Amino acid sequence: MSLRDWPIRRKLTVMLLSISGLVLLLTSAAFVGYQYWSYRRTLRDMMTLRGRILAANSTASLAFANAADATEILSALKADPHMLAAALYDKDGRLFATYPANPPHDVLPAALEPDGYRFERGLLVGFQPVAEGEGQRLGTVYIASDLGVLSAALRLSAVTALAVMAVALLAAYLLSRTLQETIAQPILTLADTARAVSTHQDYAVRAPQGGADELGALTDAFNQMLSRIEEQNRELKGYATGLEQRVGERTHELEERNEALRRNAAELVVANQELDAFAYSVSHDLRAPLRSIDGFSQVLLEDAGAQLDEGGRDALRRVRAATQRMGTLIDDLLKLARITRVEMRAEVVDLSGMARDIVNEIQRGAPREVDVAIAPDLTARGDAPLLRVALENLLRNGWKYTAKQPHPRIEFSSVQANGERAFMVRDNGAGFDMKYANKLFGVFQRLHSAAEFEGTGVGLATVRRIITRHGGRIWAEAAVGQGATFYFTL
Amino acid sequence: MNPGKILLVEDNPDDVALTIRALKSHNITNDVTVAADGVEALDYLFGTADKPGVTELPAVVLLDLKLPKVSGLEVLERIRREERTRMLPVVILTSSDEENDLIGVYRLGANSYVRKPVDFVEFTQAAKQLGLYWLLMNQAPPVPRRP
Repeated sequence: MSLRDWPIRRKLTVMLLSISGLVLLLTSAAFVGYQYWSYRRTLRDMMTLRGRILAANSTASLAFANAADATEILSALKADPHMLAAALYDKDGRLFATYPANPPHDVLPAALEPDGYRFERGLLVGFQPVAEGEGQRLGTVYIASDLGVLSAALRLSAVTALAVMAVALLAAYLLSRTLQETIAQPILTLADTARAVSTHQDYAVRAPQGGADELGALTDAFNQMLSRIEEQNRELKGYATGLEQRVGERTHELEERNEALRRNAAELVVANQELDAFAYSVSHDLRAPLRSIDGFSQVLLEDAGAQLDEGGRDALRRVRAATQRMGTLIDDLLKLARITRVEMRAEVVDLSGMARDIVNEIQRGAPREVDVAIAPDLTARGDAPLLRVALENLLRNGWKYTAKQPHPRIEFSSVQANGERAFMVRDNGAGFDMKYANKLFGVFQRLHSAAEFEGTGVGLATVRRIITRHGGRIWAEAAVGQGATFYFTL
Repeated sequence: MNPGKILLVEDNPDDVALTIRALKSHNITNDVTVAADGVEALDYLFGTADKPGVTELPAVVLLDLKLPKVSGLEVLERIRREERTRMLPVVILTSSDEENDLIGVYRLGANSYVRKPVDFVEFTQAAKQLGLYWLLMNQAPPVPRRP
């Protein structure tokens, strides 16, 4: 575990102990150092004093060259076990007396050294001049002491320092344990709270309030943040609930609409079946009486025509014409119904070729000089039989309404209208008033009298139904006497 | 004229009268037996418990489709099912030109399908053509021996 990952309690404890330990160490080192230095000085002072006393006492011995006396004076040093050796030299530097009688060889200096007291060779040594009066030098006293006193004193102060340090560190440790609580505890509580929030996603918990210090401010900020999150969470949940509700409502609506559509589809199937039955019935039953009316009118004309006057015969002929017209109406209506019911099959249809075929057919049935212009390569996707019915109706209309035109012209081509391709059938025939354009594609709606141009008014309704079934649109532009143009898209 | 008979299955008496008149007006004077509905037609051809069916089959049957009780389609189906009448020429003569009718009768083996025009002059022409074709030009199938 690296230092970064230590728990905050341990960090604080270690920090406090490190600081106090360092302070104690420095203090103790200074204390021991001072003690050592002070002992050394005291020791040298005492040596100096002892040297001077020896020198003063040795003046007579040296002056009278009394060695025995000198040896006795020196032997007084044996009271101090630390005094290793002493020696008396005459004024020429010759050894005069020693203590003890045979001092260890390495304790005495090889030669006399300058006066003074100093630590050397692990000893405290001193050279003290012996003089009588002012400037009358008689010789030199040498004394050497070991440093036993110094090391004992040093040991004692070191032990003292260590003991004090140990006690102080223990006290610091105990104190730090108490003090660190005030910093670590709020942080730990905050951390616990944060952990609880992130684990249980519970934004309702709050960290307990601390003091007014930075940690207190941190706790405050943290609690405020939690409040904000809790509030936003509540709002979000509200939105989510609202959204779910809306989705539910929409789904319900959709289901209802689907149900309605299903019902409509079922109704449509029934309606189609009814339409089939209706068309079948019309086809069979409605034409039968017409055949009787027409047939017996003809029988009457043939059998009793001679007995009728011209007025009577004309009436019968009118009855027959009307009957036949009704027959045509019924047939056209049935065709229109069939357009709605017949199943479509989409394929690519060559409209140009289809238009040429239709025009040839019309030409064979009602030969006339008409200028027909069919654009090449017009194709579309759709149901070929139905498209043929539509195109035939439009071209036959063109043929019919140009009948009174000296230079009849019919055109089939395609144009771009509102960004899409529209097919166009144009003639220069009778045209019509745009005022009535909205009636153009209605069933049985005619803009010309039967006397002018015959027709049932079903043709364009049929065309529109076919175009609508293909998903296209049909519209027309015309002016009276200026011809008509029919546009359709597929 | 050919002595072959015509069986006209038609429920509408006006149509019966007009059809017979149309045929007569072109000197098609063959015997015309009229059955007013499908049951009568089947009884005529195949007999009932009391009465046996006709011994000599007609040269052609002119059959309407929309008939009371038993429809023209059912009559045709029975005619084609019976060994004796399997090859009997049947011409559908009716009002409608519904695609379903056309598909139904041709699938069952009708020989021809003629839609009755409203215009009586046209109808007379059609009757004439039918008579001429089926009674004079057409070679009737050999009469099967009775078991």
